[in-house]
Amino acid sequence: MTSPIVRMQHVSYAYESKHALHDINLEIPTGAFLGLVGPNGGGKTTLIKLLLGLLKPQKGSIELFGERIEHFKNWNKIGFVSQKANSFNRGFPATVKEVVSTGLTPNIGYFRFFTKQHKQKVEYAVDLVGMKDYLNTNIGSLSGGQQQRIFIARSLVSNPALLILDEPTVGIDTENVQKFYDLLHQLNEENNISLLLVSHDIGTMTKHANGIACLNKELHFHGDTHSFANLSENQLSNFYGHPLQVVTHQHE
Amino acid sequence: MLNQFFTYEFLQNTFYTGLLIGLIGPLLGTFVVVRRLSLIADALSHVTLGGIAFGLFMEKKYGLFFLTPFYTGMGFSVIGSVFIERLRSVYKAYQELAIPIILSGGVGLSVIFISLANGFNTDLYNYLFGSVSAVSRNDLWSIVIITIIVLTVLFSFYKELFMLSFDEEHAVVSGIHAKRIHFLFIVLTALVISASIRIVGVLLVSALMTLPVAASIRIARGFKQTILFSVIFGEISVIIGLITGYYFEIPPGGTIVMTSIFILILTIFGKKVWNYFTRRTVIK
Repeated sequence: MTSPIVRMQHVSYAYESKHALHDINLEIPTGAFLGLVGPNGGGKTTLIKLLLGLLKPQKGSIELFGERIEHFKNWNKIGFVSQKANSFNRGFPATVKEVVSTGLTPNIGYFRFFTKQHKQKVEYAVDLVGMKDYLNTNIGSLSGGQQQRIFIARSLVSNPALLILDEPTVGIDTENVQKFYDLLHQLNEENNISLLLVSHDIGTMTKHANGIACLNKELHFHGDTHSFANLSENQLSNFYGHPLQVVTHQHE
Repeated sequence: MLNQFFTYEFLQNTFYTGLLIGLIGPLLGTFVVVRRLSLIADALSHVTLGGIAFGLFMEKKYGLFFLTPFYTGMGFSVIGSVFIERLRSVYKAYQELAIPIILSGGVGLSVIFISLANGFNTDLYNYLFGSVSAVSRNDLWSIVIITIIVLTVLFSFYKELFMLSFDEEHAVVSGIHAKRIHFLFIVLTALVISASIRIVGVLLVSALMTLPVAASIRIARGFKQTILFSVIFGEISVIIGLITGYYFEIPPGGTIVMTSIFILILTIFGKKVWNYFTRRTVIK
Protein backbone atom coordinates (compact mmCIF):
# COMPACT_ATOMS: atom_id res chain seq x y z
CA MET A 1 0.00 0.00 0.00
CA THR A 2 1.30 3.43 -0.87
CA SER A 3 0.84 6.07 1.77
CA PRO A 4 -2.04 8.48 1.23
CA ILE A 5 -1.35 11.83 -0.40
CA VAL A 6 -2.62 13.72 2.62
CA ARG A 7 -2.93 12.50 6.16
CA MET A 8 -4.15 14.91 8.82
CA GLN A 9 -4.28 13.66 12.38
CA HIS A 10 -6.00 15.54 15.21
CA VAL A 11 -5.33 18.85 13.52
CA SER A 12 -6.64 21.99 15.23
CA TYR A 13 -6.20 25.60 14.30
CA ALA A 14 -7.48 28.82 15.85
CA TYR A 15 -7.16 32.45 14.83
CA GLU A 16 -6.37 34.23 18.08
CA SER A 17 -9.16 32.82 20.22
CA LYS A 18 -11.57 31.78 17.48
CA HIS A 19 -11.57 28.11 16.63
CA ALA A 20 -11.39 27.55 12.90
CA LEU A 21 -10.68 23.83 12.86
CA HIS A 22 -11.06 21.34 15.64
CA ASP A 23 -9.56 17.87 15.76
CA ILE A 24 -9.57 17.11 12.06
CA ASN A 25 -8.68 13.61 10.88
CA LEU A 26 -8.61 13.36 7.12
CA GLU A 27 -6.94 11.06 4.64
CA ILE A 28 -6.88 11.63 0.93
CA PRO A 29 -5.86 8.49 -0.98
CA THR A 30 -4.03 8.52 -4.30
CA GLY A 31 -6.37 9.08 -7.20
CA ALA A 32 -9.12 10.68 -5.13
CA PHE A 33 -11.56 13.25 -6.45
CA LEU A 34 -12.59 14.69 -3.14
CA GLY A 35 -15.13 17.46 -2.77
CA LEU A 36 -14.72 19.62 0.32
CA VAL A 37 -18.00 21.26 1.25
CA GLY A 38 -19.22 23.25 4.20
CA PRO A 39 -20.69 26.61 5.19
CA ASN A 40 -18.79 29.88 4.81
CA GLY A 41 -16.48 30.34 7.75
CA GLY A 42 -16.45 26.58 8.27
CA GLY A 43 -12.70 26.40 7.87
CA LYS A 44 -12.34 25.24 4.26
CA THR A 45 -9.83 27.91 3.35
CA THR A 46 -7.95 27.38 6.61
CA LEU A 47 -7.66 23.69 5.84
CA ILE A 48 -6.20 24.47 2.41
CA LYS A 49 -3.75 26.97 3.86
CA LEU A 50 -2.60 24.27 6.27
CA LEU A 51 -2.11 21.84 3.42
CA LEU A 52 -0.14 24.41 1.44
CA GLY A 53 2.09 25.08 4.43
CA LEU A 54 0.97 28.70 4.69
CA LEU A 55 -0.29 28.06 8.22
CA LYS A 56 1.14 25.69 10.81
CA PRO A 57 -1.25 23.47 12.78
CA GLN A 58 -1.35 24.34 16.45
CA LYS A 59 -2.21 20.77 17.35
CA GLY A 60 -1.89 17.52 15.48
CA SER A 61 0.20 16.53 12.51
CA ILE A 62 0.00 16.68 8.74
CA GLU A 63 1.75 14.32 6.35
CA LEU A 64 2.04 14.95 2.63
CA PHE A 65 3.03 12.04 0.41
CA GLY A 66 4.08 10.11 3.52
CA GLU A 67 6.38 12.87 4.75
CA ARG A 68 5.79 15.18 7.69
CA ILE A 69 4.87 18.63 6.41
CA GLU A 70 7.71 20.24 8.40
CA HIS A 71 10.21 18.31 6.27
CA PHE A 72 8.27 18.35 3.03
CA LYS A 73 10.21 19.89 0.16
CA ASN A 74 8.48 18.72 -3.02
CA TRP A 75 5.98 21.56 -3.16
CA ASN A 76 5.77 21.24 -6.93
CA LYS A 77 3.82 18.02 -6.33
CA ILE A 78 0.92 20.16 -5.15
CA GLY A 79 -0.82 22.52 -7.55
CA PHE A 80 -3.20 25.20 -6.34
CA VAL A 81 -5.82 27.15 -8.23
CA SER A 82 -7.01 30.00 -6.08
CA GLN A 83 -10.48 31.41 -5.83
CA LYS A 84 -9.02 34.78 -6.70
CA ALA A 85 -7.27 33.49 -9.80
CA ASN A 86 -9.83 35.01 -12.12
CA SER A 87 -9.98 38.36 -10.40
CA PHE A 88 -6.62 39.34 -11.91
CA ASN A 89 -6.01 42.56 -13.82
CA ARG A 90 -7.60 41.84 -17.20
CA GLY A 91 -5.64 44.54 -18.94
CA PHE A 92 -2.38 42.85 -18.02
CA PRO A 93 -0.34 42.45 -21.20
CA ALA A 94 0.68 38.80 -20.89
CA THR A 95 0.25 35.92 -23.30
CA VAL A 96 -1.08 32.53 -22.25
CA LYS A 97 2.44 31.17 -22.63
CA GLU A 98 3.87 33.80 -20.28
CA VAL A 99 1.17 33.23 -17.67
CA VAL A 100 1.55 29.46 -17.67
CA SER A 101 5.34 29.84 -17.47
CA THR A 102 4.98 31.49 -14.06
CA GLY A 103 3.91 28.07 -12.76
CA LEU A 104 7.52 26.96 -13.29
CA THR A 105 9.19 30.05 -11.82
CA PRO A 106 9.50 28.70 -8.25
CA ASN A 107 10.83 25.34 -9.52
CA ILE A 108 13.50 26.89 -11.65
CA GLY A 109 14.75 29.00 -8.79
CA TYR A 110 16.59 32.29 -8.55
CA PHE A 111 19.29 33.20 -11.09
CA ARG A 112 18.28 30.41 -13.46
CA PHE A 113 16.51 30.79 -16.75
CA PHE A 114 13.89 29.09 -18.89
CA THR A 115 15.19 26.37 -21.15
CA LYS A 116 13.74 24.57 -24.13
CA GLN A 117 12.46 21.79 -21.86
CA HIS A 118 10.58 24.28 -19.74
CA LYS A 119 8.97 25.67 -22.87
CA GLN A 120 7.88 22.18 -23.89
CA LYS A 121 6.35 21.63 -20.45
CA VAL A 122 4.40 24.86 -20.83
CA GLU A 123 3.10 23.85 -24.25
CA TYR A 124 2.17 20.41 -22.97
CA ALA A 125 0.20 21.84 -20.03
CA VAL A 126 -1.65 24.27 -22.27
CA ASP A 127 -2.42 21.43 -24.66
CA LEU A 128 -3.72 19.32 -21.76
CA VAL A 129 -6.38 21.89 -20.91
CA GLY A 130 -7.31 22.16 -24.59
CA MET A 131 -6.03 25.70 -25.16
CA LYS A 132 -3.16 24.97 -27.56
CA ASP A 133 -4.42 27.40 -30.19
CA TYR A 134 -4.21 30.29 -27.74
CA LEU A 135 -0.55 30.05 -26.68
CA ASN A 136 0.30 33.52 -27.97
CA THR A 137 -3.00 35.20 -27.18
CA ASN A 138 -3.23 37.86 -24.49
CA ILE A 139 -4.89 36.37 -21.41
CA GLY A 140 -7.21 39.35 -21.04
CA SER A 141 -8.93 38.66 -24.35
CA LEU A 142 -10.06 35.15 -23.33
CA SER A 143 -13.42 34.31 -21.78
CA GLY A 144 -13.76 33.55 -18.07
CA GLY A 145 -13.93 29.80 -18.65
CA GLN A 146 -10.88 29.85 -20.90
CA GLN A 147 -8.96 31.89 -18.35
CA GLN A 148 -9.83 29.34 -15.70
CA ARG A 149 -8.32 26.65 -17.92
CA ILE A 150 -5.16 28.68 -18.25
CA PHE A 151 -4.88 28.97 -14.47
CA ILE A 152 -5.27 25.21 -14.22
CA ALA A 153 -2.53 24.81 -16.83
CA ARG A 154 -0.35 27.10 -14.71
CA SER A 155 -0.78 24.69 -11.79
CA LEU A 156 -0.31 21.63 -13.99
CA VAL A 157 2.91 22.75 -15.57
CA SER A 158 5.02 21.66 -12.60
CA ASN A 159 3.48 18.20 -12.94
CA PRO A 160 1.63 17.96 -9.61
CA ALA A 161 0.20 14.74 -8.15
CA LEU A 162 -2.44 16.67 -6.23
CA LEU A 163 -4.39 19.62 -7.51
CA ILE A 164 -6.28 21.81 -5.03
CA LEU A 165 -8.99 24.03 -6.47
CA ASP A 166 -10.73 26.67 -4.35
CA GLU A 167 -14.20 27.55 -5.65
CA PRO A 168 -13.02 27.26 -9.24
CA THR A 169 -16.37 27.71 -10.98
CA VAL A 170 -17.36 31.04 -9.45
CA GLY A 171 -18.09 33.45 -12.28
CA ILE A 172 -18.24 30.82 -15.02
CA ASP A 173 -21.43 30.23 -16.99
CA THR A 174 -23.31 26.92 -16.81
CA GLU A 175 -22.20 25.52 -20.15
CA ASN A 176 -18.56 26.11 -19.37
CA VAL A 177 -18.94 24.67 -15.90
CA GLN A 178 -19.85 21.36 -17.55
CA LYS A 179 -16.78 21.53 -19.80
CA PHE A 180 -14.71 22.43 -16.78
CA TYR A 181 -15.79 19.31 -14.91
CA ASP A 182 -15.11 17.23 -18.02
CA LEU A 183 -11.57 18.53 -17.88
CA LEU A 184 -11.29 17.67 -14.19
CA HIS A 185 -12.48 14.12 -14.88
CA GLN A 186 -9.93 13.80 -17.65
CA LEU A 187 -7.12 15.00 -15.37
CA ASN A 188 -8.27 12.68 -12.61
CA GLU A 189 -8.85 9.55 -14.68
CA GLU A 190 -6.37 9.80 -17.56
CA ASN A 191 -3.56 11.81 -16.02
CA ASN A 192 -3.86 10.29 -12.53
CA ILE A 193 -3.95 13.61 -10.76
CA SER A 194 -5.71 13.56 -7.41
CA LEU A 195 -8.12 16.40 -6.91
CA LEU A 196 -9.30 18.30 -3.87
CA LEU A 197 -12.12 20.59 -4.89
CA VAL A 198 -13.54 23.18 -2.52
CA SER A 199 -17.05 24.33 -3.21
CA HIS A 200 -20.20 25.47 -1.54
CA ASP A 201 -22.22 23.89 -4.34
CA ILE A 202 -23.11 20.52 -2.83
CA GLY A 203 -25.30 19.56 -5.76
CA THR A 204 -22.55 19.70 -8.38
CA MET A 205 -20.08 18.12 -5.99
CA THR A 206 -22.15 15.02 -5.45
CA LYS A 207 -22.47 14.71 -9.21
CA HIS A 208 -18.76 14.74 -9.97
CA ALA A 209 -16.62 13.93 -6.96
CA ASN A 210 -16.11 10.36 -5.78
CA GLY A 211 -15.72 11.39 -2.16
CA ILE A 212 -17.12 14.17 -0.02
CA ALA A 213 -15.76 15.79 3.12
CA CYS A 214 -18.10 18.08 4.97
CA LEU A 215 -16.37 20.63 7.13
CA ASN A 216 -17.82 22.95 9.72
CA LYS A 217 -15.04 23.53 12.24
CA GLU A 218 -15.11 19.78 12.71
CA LEU A 219 -15.09 17.19 10.00
CA HIS A 220 -18.73 16.09 10.05
CA PHE A 221 -18.63 13.64 7.26
CA HIS A 222 -16.03 11.97 5.15
CA GLY A 223 -16.96 9.15 2.84
CA ASP A 224 -17.99 8.28 -0.68
CA THR A 225 -20.49 10.35 -2.56
CA HIS A 226 -23.13 7.65 -2.51
CA SER A 227 -23.44 7.53 1.26
CA PHE A 228 -23.30 11.32 1.40
CA ALA A 229 -26.23 11.52 -1.00
CA ASN A 230 -28.13 9.15 1.28
CA LEU A 231 -27.79 11.41 4.29
CA SER A 232 -31.05 12.88 5.38
CA GLU A 233 -31.63 16.57 5.08
CA ASN A 234 -31.82 16.70 8.86
CA GLN A 235 -28.34 15.34 9.23
CA LEU A 236 -26.99 17.80 6.69
CA SER A 237 -28.68 20.70 8.39
CA ASN A 238 -27.06 19.60 11.62
CA PHE A 239 -23.65 19.74 9.98
CA TYR A 240 -24.29 23.20 8.66
CA GLY A 241 -25.90 24.45 11.81
CA HIS A 242 -28.92 25.73 9.91
CA PRO A 243 -31.68 24.27 7.71
CA LEU A 244 -30.52 23.34 4.26
CA GLN A 245 -32.10 22.29 1.04
CA VAL A 246 -29.94 20.23 -1.22
CA VAL A 247 -30.44 18.60 -4.56
CA THR A 248 -28.00 15.73 -4.63
CA HIS A 249 -27.16 13.81 -7.77
CA GLN A 250 -26.67 10.08 -7.68
CA HIS A 251 -23.91 8.63 -9.80
CA GLU A 252 -25.28 6.56 -12.60
CA MET B 1 23.99 69.65 -35.35
CA LEU B 2 26.46 66.81 -35.91
CA ASN B 3 29.28 69.31 -35.91
CA GLN B 4 28.17 70.79 -32.65
CA PHE B 5 27.64 67.35 -31.25
CA PHE B 6 31.27 66.48 -31.79
CA THR B 7 32.51 69.87 -30.63
CA TYR B 8 30.65 70.18 -27.33
CA GLU B 9 31.18 67.57 -24.67
CA PHE B 10 27.99 68.59 -22.85
CA LEU B 11 25.91 67.66 -25.92
CA GLN B 12 27.50 64.24 -26.03
CA ASN B 13 26.86 63.76 -22.30
CA THR B 14 23.24 64.75 -22.71
CA PHE B 15 22.69 62.57 -25.75
CA TYR B 16 24.24 59.45 -24.22
CA THR B 17 22.35 60.01 -20.97
CA GLY B 18 19.18 60.45 -23.00
CA LEU B 19 19.71 57.12 -24.73
CA LEU B 20 20.34 55.39 -21.39
CA ILE B 21 17.27 56.77 -19.63
CA GLY B 22 15.21 56.14 -22.76
CA LEU B 23 16.11 52.50 -22.19
CA ILE B 24 15.81 52.03 -18.43
CA GLY B 25 12.88 54.42 -17.87
CA PRO B 26 10.32 52.60 -20.01
CA LEU B 27 11.88 49.21 -19.19
CA LEU B 28 11.28 49.58 -15.47
CA GLY B 29 8.19 51.64 -16.26
CA THR B 30 6.51 48.59 -17.77
CA PHE B 31 6.63 46.87 -14.39
CA VAL B 32 5.60 50.09 -12.63
CA VAL B 33 2.52 50.46 -14.86
CA VAL B 34 1.28 46.87 -14.73
CA ARG B 35 1.69 46.83 -10.97
CA ARG B 36 -0.46 49.99 -10.85
CA LEU B 37 2.30 51.98 -9.16
CA SER B 38 2.49 54.82 -11.69
CA LEU B 39 1.86 57.41 -9.01
CA ILE B 40 4.74 56.15 -6.91
CA ALA B 41 7.09 57.40 -9.61
CA ASP B 42 5.58 60.85 -9.16
CA ALA B 43 5.93 60.74 -5.40
CA LEU B 44 9.55 59.66 -5.66
CA SER B 45 10.40 62.36 -8.16
CA HIS B 46 9.17 65.01 -5.72
CA VAL B 47 11.24 63.49 -2.95
CA THR B 48 14.18 63.62 -5.32
CA LEU B 49 13.48 67.34 -5.76
CA GLY B 50 13.71 67.68 -1.98
CA GLY B 51 17.09 65.98 -2.13
CA ILE B 52 18.24 68.18 -4.98
CA ALA B 53 17.20 71.31 -3.10
CA PHE B 54 19.10 70.00 -0.10
CA GLY B 55 22.16 69.46 -2.32
CA LEU B 56 21.90 72.97 -3.79
CA PHE B 57 21.63 74.38 -0.28
CA MET B 58 24.66 72.44 0.95
CA GLU B 59 26.62 73.45 -2.14
CA LYS B 60 25.86 77.08 -1.54
CA LYS B 61 26.43 77.11 2.21
CA TYR B 62 29.32 74.76 2.64
CA GLY B 63 30.61 74.00 -0.85
CA LEU B 64 30.97 70.30 -0.19
CA PHE B 65 32.04 68.96 -3.56
CA PHE B 66 30.95 65.37 -2.94
CA LEU B 67 27.42 66.36 -1.90
CA THR B 68 26.28 67.39 -5.37
CA PRO B 69 22.53 67.75 -5.95
CA PHE B 70 22.68 64.64 -8.14
CA TYR B 71 23.80 62.45 -5.25
CA THR B 72 21.64 64.05 -2.57
CA GLY B 73 18.66 63.69 -4.92
CA MET B 74 19.46 60.03 -5.42
CA GLY B 75 19.89 59.51 -1.69
CA PHE B 76 16.56 61.16 -0.85
CA SER B 77 14.84 59.17 -3.58
CA VAL B 78 16.07 55.84 -2.23
CA ILE B 79 15.19 56.80 1.36
CA GLY B 80 11.76 57.93 0.12
CA SER B 81 11.22 54.56 -1.54
CA VAL B 82 11.95 52.81 1.76
CA PHE B 83 9.44 55.11 3.51
CA ILE B 84 6.77 54.36 0.92
CA GLU B 85 7.16 50.67 1.59
CA ARG B 86 6.95 51.22 5.35
CA LEU B 87 3.84 53.37 4.97
CA ARG B 88 2.19 50.88 2.67
CA SER B 89 2.46 48.21 5.33
CA VAL B 90 1.25 50.62 8.04
CA TYR B 91 -1.88 51.55 6.05
CA LYS B 92 -2.71 48.15 4.63
CA ALA B 93 -6.25 49.12 3.70
CA TYR B 94 -5.23 52.49 2.24
CA GLN B 95 -2.06 51.68 0.38
CA GLU B 96 -2.37 54.66 -1.96
CA LEU B 97 -2.22 56.97 1.06
CA ALA B 98 1.56 56.50 1.11
CA ILE B 99 1.79 58.43 -2.17
CA PRO B 100 0.33 61.82 -1.11
CA ILE B 101 2.21 61.60 2.19
CA ILE B 102 5.57 61.09 0.50
CA LEU B 103 4.77 63.50 -2.34
CA SER B 104 3.81 66.38 -0.08
CA GLY B 105 6.70 65.59 2.21
CA GLY B 106 9.04 65.90 -0.77
CA VAL B 107 7.56 69.23 -1.85
CA GLY B 108 7.65 70.50 1.73
CA LEU B 109 11.34 69.69 2.05
CA SER B 110 12.02 71.27 -1.33
CA VAL B 111 10.36 74.54 -0.36
CA ILE B 112 12.31 74.70 2.90
CA PHE B 113 15.70 74.03 1.34
CA ILE B 114 15.03 76.27 -1.65
CA SER B 115 14.30 79.24 0.56
CA LEU B 116 17.25 78.44 2.85
CA ALA B 117 19.42 78.49 -0.28
CA ASN B 118 17.98 81.95 -1.06
CA GLY B 119 15.30 81.12 -3.57
CA PHE B 120 14.99 80.11 -7.14
CA ASN B 121 17.90 80.09 -9.55
CA THR B 122 18.49 78.75 -13.04
CA ASP B 123 19.87 75.51 -11.69
CA LEU B 124 16.59 74.74 -10.01
CA TYR B 125 14.67 75.66 -13.14
CA ASN B 126 16.76 73.06 -14.99
CA TYR B 127 15.94 70.45 -12.38
CA LEU B 128 12.24 71.13 -12.69
CA PHE B 129 11.96 70.93 -16.47
CA GLY B 130 15.17 69.28 -17.61
CA SER B 131 18.07 70.68 -19.54
CA VAL B 132 20.22 69.82 -22.53
CA SER B 133 23.33 71.25 -20.92
CA ALA B 134 23.20 70.08 -17.33
CA VAL B 135 24.83 66.65 -17.53
CA SER B 136 28.48 66.55 -16.55
CA ARG B 137 30.86 63.74 -17.48
CA ASN B 138 30.69 62.56 -13.87
CA ASP B 139 26.90 62.48 -13.94
CA LEU B 140 27.08 60.48 -17.15
CA TRP B 141 29.31 57.87 -15.52
CA SER B 142 26.97 57.60 -12.54
CA ILE B 143 24.07 57.08 -14.92
CA VAL B 144 26.03 54.42 -16.81
CA ILE B 145 26.53 52.59 -13.51
CA ILE B 146 22.83 52.96 -12.60
CA THR B 147 21.92 51.55 -16.02
CA ILE B 148 24.17 48.54 -15.52
CA ILE B 149 22.67 47.91 -12.07
CA VAL B 150 19.10 48.19 -13.36
CA LEU B 151 19.74 45.91 -16.33
CA THR B 152 21.53 43.29 -14.23
CA VAL B 153 18.85 43.16 -11.54
CA LEU B 154 15.96 43.10 -14.02
CA PHE B 155 17.63 40.39 -16.07
CA SER B 156 18.35 38.25 -13.00
CA PHE B 157 14.92 38.61 -11.42
CA TYR B 158 12.81 38.94 -14.54
CA LYS B 159 10.74 35.81 -14.06
CA GLU B 160 10.12 36.46 -10.36
CA LEU B 161 9.21 40.10 -10.98
CA PHE B 162 6.89 39.09 -13.77
CA MET B 163 5.19 36.48 -11.60
CA LEU B 164 4.83 38.97 -8.76
CA SER B 165 3.38 41.59 -11.08
CA PHE B 166 0.86 39.25 -12.63
CA ASP B 167 -0.46 37.51 -9.53
CA GLU B 168 1.04 38.46 -6.21
CA GLU B 169 -0.98 35.93 -4.22
CA HIS B 170 0.12 33.04 -6.42
CA ALA B 171 3.72 34.17 -6.19
CA VAL B 172 3.58 34.27 -2.39
CA VAL B 173 1.88 30.87 -2.17
CA SER B 174 4.60 29.46 -4.41
CA GLY B 175 7.32 30.66 -2.06
CA ILE B 176 8.65 33.67 -3.96
CA HIS B 177 10.19 36.22 -1.59
CA ALA B 178 7.68 38.87 -2.55
CA LYS B 179 8.68 41.49 0.00
CA ARG B 180 12.39 41.41 -0.79
CA ILE B 181 11.86 41.48 -4.53
CA HIS B 182 9.37 44.29 -4.23
CA PHE B 183 11.85 46.25 -2.13
CA LEU B 184 14.56 45.75 -4.72
CA PHE B 185 12.15 46.91 -7.38
CA ILE B 186 11.18 50.11 -5.59
CA VAL B 187 14.83 50.99 -4.97
CA LEU B 188 15.53 50.49 -8.68
CA THR B 189 12.66 52.84 -9.44
CA ALA B 190 14.20 55.46 -7.18
CA LEU B 191 17.56 55.08 -8.95
CA VAL B 192 16.02 55.40 -12.42
CA ILE B 193 14.14 58.52 -11.37
CA SER B 194 17.22 60.21 -10.00
CA ALA B 195 19.11 59.30 -13.17
CA SER B 196 16.44 60.76 -15.44
CA ILE B 197 15.85 64.02 -13.63
CA ARG B 198 18.68 66.04 -15.18
CA ILE B 199 17.22 65.55 -18.63
CA VAL B 200 13.45 65.39 -18.24
CA GLY B 201 13.10 67.26 -14.96
CA VAL B 202 11.29 66.46 -11.73
CA LEU B 203 7.84 67.35 -12.93
CA LEU B 204 7.94 65.12 -15.98
CA VAL B 205 10.14 62.21 -15.00
CA SER B 206 7.26 59.86 -14.28
CA ALA B 207 5.96 60.58 -17.77
CA LEU B 208 9.04 58.96 -19.28
CA MET B 209 8.28 55.81 -17.28
CA THR B 210 4.58 55.65 -18.01
CA LEU B 211 3.65 57.28 -21.35
CA PRO B 212 5.68 54.94 -23.62
CA VAL B 213 4.20 51.99 -21.71
CA ALA B 214 0.69 53.39 -22.05
CA ALA B 215 1.21 53.51 -25.82
CA SER B 216 2.84 50.08 -25.97
CA ILE B 217 0.13 48.34 -23.95
CA ARG B 218 -2.41 49.31 -26.61
CA ILE B 219 -0.73 47.37 -29.38
CA ALA B 220 1.65 44.78 -27.88
CA ARG B 221 0.98 41.11 -27.53
CA GLY B 222 2.44 39.71 -24.34
CA PHE B 223 4.72 41.21 -21.74
CA LYS B 224 8.06 40.99 -23.51
CA GLN B 225 6.65 42.76 -26.54
CA THR B 226 5.19 45.43 -24.26
CA ILE B 227 8.66 46.06 -22.87
CA LEU B 228 10.20 46.13 -26.35
CA PHE B 229 7.70 48.64 -27.76
CA SER B 230 7.92 50.76 -24.60
CA VAL B 231 11.67 51.05 -24.97
CA ILE B 232 11.40 51.86 -28.69
CA PHE B 233 8.80 54.56 -27.99
CA GLY B 234 10.90 55.86 -25.09
CA GLU B 235 14.02 56.15 -27.25
CA ILE B 236 12.14 57.85 -30.10
CA SER B 237 10.69 60.38 -27.65
CA VAL B 238 14.05 61.11 -26.07
CA ILE B 239 15.87 61.53 -29.39
CA ILE B 240 13.23 63.72 -31.02
CA GLY B 241 12.66 65.62 -27.78
CA LEU B 242 16.36 66.36 -27.24
CA ILE B 243 16.95 67.54 -30.80
CA THR B 244 13.92 69.81 -30.93
CA GLY B 245 14.55 71.03 -27.40
CA TYR B 246 18.09 71.97 -28.37
CA TYR B 247 17.09 73.77 -31.57
CA PHE B 248 14.22 75.73 -30.11
CA GLU B 249 15.96 76.28 -26.78
CA ILE B 250 13.14 74.67 -24.85
CA PRO B 251 13.79 72.47 -21.80
CA PRO B 252 13.84 68.92 -23.21
CA GLY B 253 11.40 67.67 -20.55
CA GLY B 254 8.60 69.43 -22.39
CA THR B 255 9.53 68.26 -25.86
CA ILE B 256 10.19 64.65 -24.76
CA VAL B 257 6.86 64.37 -23.00
CA MET B 258 4.95 65.97 -25.85
CA THR B 259 6.60 63.57 -28.29
CA SER B 260 5.53 60.58 -26.19
CA ILE B 261 1.99 61.94 -25.94
CA PHE B 262 1.98 62.28 -29.71
CA ILE B 263 3.12 58.62 -30.02
CA LEU B 264 0.42 57.61 -27.55
CA ILE B 265 -2.29 59.33 -29.61
CA LEU B 266 -0.93 57.73 -32.78
CA THR B 267 -1.10 54.23 -31.29
CA ILE B 268 -4.62 54.71 -29.94
CA PHE B 269 -5.77 56.06 -33.28
CA GLY B 270 -3.77 53.48 -35.26
CA LYS B 271 -5.27 50.65 -33.22
CA LYS B 272 -8.78 51.91 -33.97
CA VAL B 273 -8.05 52.06 -37.68
CA TRP B 274 -6.44 48.62 -37.55
CA ASN B 275 -9.45 47.13 -35.75
CA TYR B 276 -11.79 48.76 -38.23
CA PHE B 277 -10.06 47.20 -41.22
CA THR B 278 -9.42 43.77 -39.72
CA ARG B 279 -13.03 43.51 -38.65
CA ARG B 280 -14.08 44.30 -42.21
CA THR B 281 -11.97 41.52 -43.65
CA VAL B 282 -13.41 39.01 -41.18
CA ILE B 283 -16.94 39.81 -42.35
CA LYS B 284 -15.94 39.31 -45.99
